[in-house]
Amino acid sequence: MSALSHAASDSATMLRRNLRHALRYPSLTLSVAGLPIIFLLLFVYVFGGALGTGIGGSRAQYLDYLVPGIILMTVASGSLMTAVAVSVDVTEGIIDRFRTMAISRASLLTGHVIGSLITTMFSTALVIGFALALGFRPDAGPVEWIATIGVLLMVTFALTWLAVALGVFAKSPESASNLPLPLQLLPMIGSGFVPTGSMPAGLRWFAEYQPFTPVIETLRGLLMGTPIGHSAVTSAAWCAGIALVGYVWAKTRFNRNRAR
Amino acid sequence: MPAAIKATGLRKSYGDKLVLDGIDLYVPQGTVFALLGPNGAGKTTTVQILSTLIDADAGQVEIAGHDLAEDPDGVRSAIGVTGQFSALDDKLTGRENLILMADLHHLGKIEGRRRADALLERFDLRDAAGKLAATYSGGMRRRLDLAMTLVGDPRVIFLDEPTTGLDPRSRRTMWKIIGDLVAGGVTVLLTTQYLDEADRLADQIAVLDHGRLVAQGSAQELKRRVPGGHIRLRFADATELHRAAHLLTDAVLDKENLTLRVPSDGSLPALRALLDRLDATAVQPEELQVHTPDLDDVFFALTGRPDTAKEALR
Repeated sequence: MSALSHAASDSATMLRRNLRHALRYPSLTLSVAGLPIIFLLLFVYVFGGALGTGIGGSRAQYLDYLVPGIILMTVASGSLMTAVAVSVDVTEGIIDRFRTMAISRASLLTGHVIGSLITTMFSTALVIGFALALGFRPDAGPVEWIATIGVLLMVTFALTWLAVALGVFAKSPESASNLPLPLQLLPMIGSGFVPTGSMPAGLRWFAEYQPFTPVIETLRGLLMGTPIGHSAVTSAAWCAGIALVGYVWAKTRFNRNRAR
Repeated sequence: MPAAIKATGLRKSYGDKLVLDGIDLYVPQGTVFALLGPNGAGKTTTVQILSTLIDADAGQVEIAGHDLAEDPDGVRSAIGVTGQFSALDDKLTGRENLILMADLHHLGKIEGRRRADALLERFDLRDAAGKLAATYSGGMRRRLDLAMTLVGDPRVIFLDEPTTGLDPRSRRTMWKIIGDLVAGGVTVLLTTQYLDEADRLADQIAVLDHGRLVAQGSAQELKRRVPGGHIRLRFADATELHRAAHLLTDAVLDKENLTLRVPSDGSLPALRALLDRLDATAVQPEELQVHTPDLDDVFFALTGRPDTAKEALR
């Protein structure tokens, strides 16, 4: 077998391992959907009436407005799980075993990235299903849905590499679970929960230019038919940048010798 | 015999702290080599360097014919490592752990499963094969760990303190497993804090202290350099004690505890001779203890610092 096919087969082995973990502990995958669902319920039923009026509509319209931000929150929650899982792997003894075997070095990380893509897409589907049950009514056709899945894969891929880097960087699984917390809250300080136009100047500037806002706007445009403008291109650029930073950071940290 | 492990001039320091100060090792194929030393002597660092986990600052290593610096993957494909801390996946069952290793060795589905089941059988883990590794006892974890190391059929095996923390029974099981491995022709380098372990398992023992090899040889050779063996006699009262002390002039007297320390190798003839001498003068010790050289004695003899070993062992 060539080096490349070894790398592919080792990554597939690591992926199988991660999926086995996910199946064995389904509560972890489900809990990724937990926080976004709580936020969805809270914002639709507690604040939804008032916020709906704020965007010039009703509670039902606020639900439609809110879902793209909640979806992104789910992706961010998924990356938190990834960071913890990677941190558990690199701080426990098993990493030393992998490092002393003639296997593709990147396979452990690749397995985590692909595994997280799968479980996070599953959690996201769960959250979207829940939103649909609450009365979320997107007007997206098949093409828009496919594009939505594409955007979600792109964002998840980017955040997952960042999460892998945070997991490798963290000293312990506990700190790995705290590091991605800002990611989870970032949709709130963007156009996820309320229009950025309603925020004070400084905050508005941040909200409009932070990476999650163009992604939310793209998703909202695809699902609800609002104008997308250059949000799609900006999103793609952000995702490429975040993925690259995460990838390079994760790889250099991971390949560094562990001096103990 | 060709060398399985050949290392010259290994040096490693972390910041200001010198951990290895020029280590040379030569381990012939099919033998067991023990690195003996207290915690902090550099045993684990040596294993980490030899098993490609960390780079040495200086020195050359060749393992199973592969140069460590130039062909680390060649080294990795020839070795198996069981570290001090368990390297299992707690969220997988024992059998799944072994199959994970088989897959990473590209053994193929059928051969991988066959080998996993054979190892479960051999390491007495068949009944626990379907249970999560997280639920295993310390001895079972160590066995599974070693079984995982053996999946790839390594020619050279590194065992870092394979029995530390195990109960006596698990320890004996582990010794037997290691003995069987060597009978199968593999080369083993193990580290240990226990002289009896090195004595029992190793063909060659190297004593490591503060990053230097202070002695090297077979267990017999090392013990000959260690004068710590003695027989300890305790007496009922001071009169008896002094009578015995008068007889055994080379003994060390401890008045407070009413004991005599008689230098001896602890062998049966030596013991019999001593008792005959006591009998002849009708001195009756109340208690007798045979003390064979242990790590403390080896360290005292080799480094002149008894406390290093004792402190580390506590």
